[in-house]
Parts: sequence; C-alpha cells; structure tokens
Amino acid sequence: MKEKIPQRILFFTFLFFTLLGLFLAARPSAIVLAQQPTPSDDEVNAIARQLFCPVCENTPLDVCDTEACRQWRDLIRQMLAEGKTEEEIKQFFADNYGVRVLSEPPVEGFNWLAYIVPPVAFLAGAYLLFRAFRTWQRLAKEPVVEGGPESRPEQAEGLSRAAPDDPYAAQFEDELKKRR
Amino acid sequence: MFAEFGFGILVLTFTLSLFAVGAAVFGYFSKSDRWVESARRAQQLTFPLITLAALTLIYLLVTGHYEVKYVYSVTDITMPLYLKITALWGGQPGSLLFWSWLLAAFATAVTLRKWERDREFLPWVVVVTSVTLVFFLALIIFFENPFTRWWQTPNGEFVAQMFAPPGGTLVTPNNGEGLNPLLRHPGMIIHPPMLYLGFVAFVIPYAFAIAALITGRTDDRWIRLTRRWTLVAWLFLSIGLVLGMRWAYDVLGWGGYWGWDPVEIAALMPWLTGTPFLHSVMIEEKRGLLKPWNMFLIILTYSLVIFGTFLTRSGVLSSVHAFAQSAIGPMFFAFIGVTFITSTALLIARWKDLRASMPMNSMLSREALFLLNNLLFMGILIVCLWGVLFPLISELVTGTKVTVGPPFYERAVGPLLGALLALMGIAPLSAWGRSTVRTLGRAMWKPAIPTLLTPVLLFALGMRNWIALVGFTLIAFVLFITLHEYWRGVRARMKAQGEGFFTALTRLFARNRRRYGGYLIHIAIVVMAIGILGIEVFQTTTQKSLAIGESLDISGYTVRYDSLAQFDHTDGRYVTRAVMSVFKDGKFVQEIHPRYDLYPNGQPMTIAGVRTTLADDLYVVLVNWEDVSVSQAPFKVYHNPLINWLWIGSLLFILGYLVAAWPEKEQA
Repeated sequence: MKEKIPQRILFFTFLFFTLLGLFLAARPSAIVLAQQPTPSDDEVNAIARQLFCPVCENTPLDVCDTEACRQWRDLIRQMLAEGKTEEEIKQFFADNYGVRVLSEPPVEGFNWLAYIVPPVAFLAGAYLLFRAFRTWQRLAKEPVVEGGPESRPEQAEGLSRAAPDDPYAAQFEDELKKRR
Repeated sequence: MFAEFGFGILVLTFTLSLFAVGAAVFGYFSKSDRWVESARRAQQLTFPLITLAALTLIYLLVTGHYEVKYVYSVTDITMPLYLKITALWGGQPGSLLFWSWLLAAFATAVTLRKWERDREFLPWVVVVTSVTLVFFLALIIFFENPFTRWWQTPNGEFVAQMFAPPGGTLVTPNNGEGLNPLLRHPGMIIHPPMLYLGFVAFVIPYAFAIAALITGRTDDRWIRLTRRWTLVAWLFLSIGLVLGMRWAYDVLGWGGYWGWDPVEIAALMPWLTGTPFLHSVMIEEKRGLLKPWNMFLIILTYSLVIFGTFLTRSGVLSSVHAFAQSAIGPMFFAFIGVTFITSTALLIARWKDLRASMPMNSMLSREALFLLNNLLFMGILIVCLWGVLFPLISELVTGTKVTVGPPFYERAVGPLLGALLALMGIAPLSAWGRSTVRTLGRAMWKPAIPTLLTPVLLFALGMRNWIALVGFTLIAFVLFITLHEYWRGVRARMKAQGEGFFTALTRLFARNRRRYGGYLIHIAIVVMAIGILGIEVFQTTTQKSLAIGESLDISGYTVRYDSLAQFDHTDGRYVTRAVMSVFKDGKFVQEIHPRYDLYPNGQPMTIAGVRTTLADDLYVVLVNWEDVSVSQAPFKVYHNPLINWLWIGSLLFILGYLVAAWPEKEQA
C-alpha cells in the first residue's frame, strides 16, 4: 500500500496542473491591430466585448446602451487610432476604473483562488470517487465481506438484480444471444 | 378594503402554517394521529387561502387600484388585461406571493394523497413544506407586502405602508408606472411560472428525504414516492431555463441566448444537481445503493433552489435580471444556512443506516458510469457556484470588486459538457453490475463506424475548428448509438413477434417508456447541443453605420438598408423601425424589420429583425445606443449558425419527457 501513495499523489498533482493549465491557457492574448485613422465599429467592439463598465454590471460594453458606455467606446476608438494595442487599452481601463472592468479577474494575488478552487474541488471529488471504486472492486474480488453478516444478503441481492430490468428486455437480450 | 382583506388572509395563512408545524411535531412525538391529522388539515387550508390572497391582488391589478404601491409600480392604464394579470409576478412582492401560492398548491396536493402505507412520513412532510411556506409568508408579511398603499402624512410626505399613518390620507395616483418593457414578452410571461414550478416542486422530494431521515425509514420508498415530483420539477425547471434563453435571444438584443449572468446561473444550479439526482436514484432503485449520496443531492438541490431565489430576489447581485431588490437578504441567508446545516446534520446522524458497500466488478458498469456522470455535473456546479460567489468573496475579503464573465465559465464548462456527451453515449450500453471493454465494444462497433466518419466528412467539407470537430463527433456518437439502440429493440420485436416496423416501434415505447423516452431525451439534448455548438463556435458579427441604399455583407448574406420610420404607438411607445432587404448569394430572400421601442417611462426595448432558417439565423439589431437618423443608421448584424436546433431540441425534450413520464394506469 505504502509505495503506491506517492504515485497517486504524483498522478493527481499532474492532473491538477494540467487542469489549471487548461483553465488558464485559453485566455485571450493580445492582438496588435493595424493602425488606422478611424478604426471600424468591429475593431472597437472586439475590445469592448471584453470589458464591463462598473455601472451596467454583467452587460458587456459592446452591447450596452448607456451614455457612459458610449463614451468608453469612443475612448477605445480614439486609443485605437493612436495605435494602442488591445492589451494597453484594457490595462488603461483597469488602471482607471478597477479590475472589475475586465471580463475575468487578473491572475494575481487573491484572485488565484478563482482559478485554483474549481480544479482542486473537482479533483478532490474525482479522488473520492476513485477511492470508492477501489473499495468496491476489492469487495467484488473477495467473496467474504468484511462488513459483517448484515451486508451479505444485500450483496447477493445486488448481484441478482444486475440482470436486465424488465422481462421484455430480458427476452430480447436472450434473442440476441441466440442469434450470435 | 380589498388590500386589508388580502393582507388579513396572508396573516391568517401564516398563523395556520405555524400551527401546522407545531401540530405535526407534537403529533409525531406524542404519537397522536389526531394532531397529525389536524396539521394536515391546516396545511390543506393554506392553498385556498393563498389563492384568495392572490386573486385579491389580481383583482387590484386588473381594476387599476393605483393606491396600492405594487399595482402602481407594475401596471399602467394602457396595459392589456393579460399583462395586468401576469404582472402578479412582475415585481418582487408579487412574485414571492406567487411562489408561496405554488408551494401551497404542491404541498396540498401531496397531503391529499392516500397515506396509509407511509403514515410515518406525513408529519415531517407537513413540517418541511410548512416551514418553507412560513418562511416565504414571513418575507411577504414583514418585508415585501404586496398590499401596502400610498399615504400622505399631515406634513405632506408620501409614504407606502399597510395601514394609515397618524392623520394620513390615502393617495390614489391616476396612473401607474407600468411593467418593465423587457418583461412584456411572451417568453418572459411564462418563464417565471415555469421556473418557479420547477423550484417549488423540488421541495416535495426534499420534504420526503427529510421525513425518511428523521423517521429512520431509509429504504428507497421515499424515492419511489417522489419520483414523479422530481420529474415534474425537472421538466418545469428545464422549460423555464429554455424559455429564459429564448427571451434573452428575442429581447435583449445581443444576439445570444445565454450570457453567464449570475442570475441565469442561479436558475441553472438546481438543474445541475437535479439532473444527476434523477440518474443516481436509479442506482438506488435497482441496487439499493448510494443512499447517502442521493440524500445529499436532494438536500443540495433544495438549498440551491432557495439560494437561487435569494440571488434573484435579495439584490445581492446587480444584473440585468435583478429588477427587484430589497432588504430581505439576511433572512434568506439565515434560512439557507439553517436548513442546509440541519439537513446535513440529520444525514450524518443517519449515515450508518444509509451506508451500503457495493461490490463492483467493473469501472464500466452502468452504476460506475452514472457516478462519473454525477462527478461531471458536480464539476459544472462547482465552476458555476464558485464563479457566482467569487466576486462577493473578493469584495468581502480584499474590498476589490471583480467580474467573473463568460470566458471563465465557457473554458471550464465546455470540456465537462463534452465528457458528459461521451458518457451519454456509453452509459446506456453498459449493464448494471458488470460490463467489460469487450461487451461495450461489441455493443458499440456498429454505431462507431458512422461516428468516426463524421469528423472525416466534416473535415473534407472544410471544417477546421477542432472544438467543433470534437463536438460534432460526440454528438454523432450519442445520436448513432441511441438510434442503434432503438433499432436493436425494434428488430428484436420484428423477429420475435413478427410485427411491422412501426408497430414494433410503438410497442417498444409502450413496453418500456421510461427507457425509450429517456433515450428520446438524450437525442433531444444532442439536438440542442448542435444549436449550442453552432452559435458558440461559428457565430460571426459585424457592425456598421449605413446610409439608405447602402448594404453590408456577412457570411454569404447581404443586408440592405431601405428605409426608417418613427411613430407613436397607441400604447404610448415611441417606435423606431427600419426596413431592410436580405439577399442570399445575390438573390432577394426576405424583408426584415429591426426596431427599438421607447416606453413612456424612458425604458427602451430592442427587437431584432431576424431571418430564420434551419441552417442559421441572420439577426439584425438597430443599434439604438448610437446616433440613429433616417438617412444614416447603425446596424449590428449577427450570423448565428444552427441556433434553431436549440429550440427544436427543446421541443423534442418535452416530447421525450412525456413519453418517459406519462403516468401509468396502475401504479406500482
């Protein structure tokens, strides 16, 4: 038993970092846009859709109808015309209005929790399930059950009920067997 | 007078429910059937009483009693009758009353059944449903009273309260503020009742679970008794969710159906525990196992139902959905805490009775795969719950507000949904107890051939997006396997009984509706997945300001701006409506009319002009947040491939459900 533990830990650590990596990997990266005298609506929206203004919570900037959001879009347009990159523009809004304008918490400090908790919780669940599976498999291999006399009839019942669950299904499973 | 009457009824119902709780507990411990019976009768009275209170409010709404604050805030004289009635759930106090009404209806229905065989459950079912009802009635009576009225005090102030302040006079405004325009949509009219029906119906299996835990009768009887309630809850919750999507798609004007808004997630979370519950109770029914887990799932579902109502109703989040906010947050929080902790403590106390070890020969057996399905659902739940809670926690701990937006959820939930699809294909083929790679392989190889051809074909047709290729392969996998299962069943009948194809198919369904109806639901889910994959992966969008006669191109379509009209509607709206011609590959196909309506209270509503086909939607929004004039108007155009399969799949889902769950004539 003892030698197996490090291996298991290694496996789950590996899984954890893979999951975390996957979770973080697809974050949109900066795209340098072509410098234009008047950037198009689409170029403005490509950035605006990743931003949320502090007032209209949960409405992305590209579809928000308030006057404030409109001014923000104009600001994005102006900054694009000045040749700023997507990353610079997002950073500008985050610096001036707080990180809540970004569609996700930046991966730093306390915010790490946002990204670490789901994979950890999922893996904890997976590990518990994995352990339960192992116990049950061991039970299946050992005909004598450790759980005492009580669990035996139940086990027998469990196995006997493993047959197809309705007479009709049983009938056609039989038919299929005959055909083979 | 009507307002006092309605309020009086509510107070009476509240007292009666409190009595029901006390009488049931006393009756159980003193082993007095008379007290239990009295509790049951008291609870049965709550339904007609709340009906009376709700009808009173509806009467006030319909007759325009604007001295009642609620009537004033959700109706106005121009609104049609049906909207005045549905305004019952158009605001916070009304919707809480509506919630209580539905709960009383369900609780009464469940206590009306025959109880001879399950007498010991009765007092606790009454207690749990009544405690929930007491909680909601308390919220209504003490915090969100729909019957409060406007008064003017002697010093000229206007106040809203139930009874006259000293020296105050009743104030009756001539007109109300009217319903939020976003709520005047058919989808939004049926969406809340469906969602509430789903939410409320989950209270019943929870009540039985708690009854089983307290009485110690922990065999699978409670599951068999509540299976239909669970199914009803699940159906209504599913319909509610889909209607919400449809509403968002039609009315919110951002070209999508799901924005990962915390309030959408609040409604999704009970579904994420209810669905695995539906599956894993089958393991308990077939093999008598997983009892503690099923108990935990239903406790969690109940808590998430209350939590969902808390999120939407307490104003803890501000979002597009939070139309109504109030100071009832702490009450909710305490109630969720107390019920969750008590239920979990009961579960732990009974743990020994519930535990059963199961021998499992194979990780591929049906029960093993069902457990994996549970794990994946829990994974999605964790992502959702954490995504909703993290901004609150962050604000609490660091004082910094953050946004957890769509990319966070999409990245995490996408792969989990893919894995669920794969399981949906494999699990129906595996047997209870044991399955091996060999038996599964034998059952799977035929449908596997067309499945593997799917990505090849799609690649040859030019699809290069790997997410789409994987997604469509999984969809094909489930589809072919399920169809093959039908075919196996039909063929066996045709051989054995000498029936024709259609007779065999009909009888196949008739003989095992639960299984084959369930498969139909699986097909419905993958059909919905086609729509979701289509819009999520292939949606394109462009925005441009057009002069009359100018056009823009998107995904093979050309949209030309023809004219614009601005006029007053009879109900007070100011309508701005564009006329546009849609051309596909150069040929005229349809005229569409994107518009936006400005309501008298200043609220706008954007209605997209949509050309809809089975292949795609062309969805055009008149961008009212930029400058619109007759000669020049900005349009935002979305091309949404395959989106309609989402709605078609939803209809198929209901059909599958009806096949699977339509009540049998004789009940086991």
